[in-house]
Amino acid sequence: MLWTKKDLLGLEYLTPEEIELILETAESFKEVSTREIKKVPALRGKTAVNLFYEPSTRTRVSFEVAAKRLSADVINIATETSSVRKGETLIDTGKNIQALKADIIIMRHNCSGAANMLARALDISVVNAGDGWHEHPTQALLDIFTLKEKLGKIRGLNVAIVGDIAHSRVARSNIWGLTKLGANVTVCAPEMLLPVEIEKTGVKTSSNMDEVLKNADAVNVLRMQFERDEDAAFPEQLDYYKRFGITEERLSRAKNDIIVMHPGPINRGIEMSSEVADGKNSVILEQVTNGIAVRMAVLFLVAQAREAKI
Amino acid sequence: MKQKAKILDKEAINRSVMRIAHEIIEKNKGTVDLCIVGIRNRGVYIAKRLAECIKKIEGKDISAGALDITLYRDDLALASGQPLVRKTEIDFDINDKKLVLVDDVLYTGRTIRAALDALIDFGRPKSIQLAVLVDRGHRELPIRADFVGKNIPTSKQEIVEVHLEESDGSDEVLIAEKE
Repeated sequence: MLWTKKDLLGLEYLTPEEIELILETAESFKEVSTREIKKVPALRGKTAVNLFYEPSTRTRVSFEVAAKRLSADVINIATETSSVRKGETLIDTGKNIQALKADIIIMRHNCSGAANMLARALDISVVNAGDGWHEHPTQALLDIFTLKEKLGKIRGLNVAIVGDIAHSRVARSNIWGLTKLGANVTVCAPEMLLPVEIEKTGVKTSSNMDEVLKNADAVNVLRMQFERDEDAAFPEQLDYYKRFGITEERLSRAKNDIIVMHPGPINRGIEMSSEVADGKNSVILEQVTNGIAVRMAVLFLVAQAREAKI
Repeated sequence: MKQKAKILDKEAINRSVMRIAHEIIEKNKGTVDLCIVGIRNRGVYIAKRLAECIKKIEGKDISAGALDITLYRDDLALASGQPLVRKTEIDFDINDKKLVLVDDVLYTGRTIRAALDALIDFGRPKSIQLAVLVDRGHRELPIRADFVGKNIPTSKQEIVEVHLEESDGSDEVLIAEKE
């Protein structure tokens, strides 16, 4: 199995084998972070640019840590303080970064498809760190990596994705990845947060949390993204917590060893209770640790693929 | 690629590994502070066999680990096919240990250079010694082996193939010519 893509734009565009390759490579990279010297020279002399058009701490820092553990040089561009404010277009910004002889752009953008557009315009690698409502591939990869690590496989697992499906790129990437690897996915949300025709992606839908939890091997709880769409209707918070919030009481009726995931940041008391977030079923902080290994694997693979083409 | 000659068969490999085990013990005056690390893939299997032989001879268990050197390769940036990154498993402290590094074939020495860099990231062993099943010559770096199963003079046009039960289903060392 060879990785031939210079970019990582979304899990929609990957074969199951390519997803497996990233996961396997990440397994090898996980060990690096356990060493006393947490660094390998694999991307020495390479430059990675974090280009973030949306606020992000954990994803940006995770990518930065991953790139640094591979010995790449990392440059952070926060667009609020850059020429983007002066009206520079995305493509122009990208071409300027390319002219600086950077090797990888890691981009977060509020427009769906922004990473795809940038990747087409540039010869250097583009890694999508989240674009609008479209995809957040590395988040889904680290979710799947964590699931596989905990449960030994993905095929046949019953995975519930709960919450703001409509506005969630994390949900979309997870749906692509999990269904490609053979998991049974159910998305669970209030009707107003279920996108139309979401069933066409091969998932089941439900608005009954307890019903969904009964058979779930894992539940991925999404954050309510109140900031993403000011005009959209959102359920009233307390009402949402009552119907969909993951509480200890609710978990007591689920499988005893159900895995609880959350991409962060958590709204405690809206999506889940504090007891659950910090409880025995939660793997939320392990997801953060695994995120580094997954992102190291992605950066390594896209850099290798680009080398091979030059 | 056409097959040329079988250099070592199963018995010869076993005898070489056993002799190297004896030499390791002799040189290190026993097994105190001794540990062994194989380079992926086949070096790992030879390292495990050496550890078993040492146990047979001395009755002592020694720590054995596996090292993947992909991320330390000096040709990583070259378009020489995509290397698969595999796991490094060294779950013991190598600081102040007498470490025996093991590989199947010693050729240019570049793999060993990468392995030395990788090992230093894990700690500071008291010493690092090198054991190889086959030394085929043509060094490009100032590196030599402390323990050698068999010296095989080769030309650069030839390919040395080491087959081991664990990875290839049989124990043999073959020499073939590139066409």
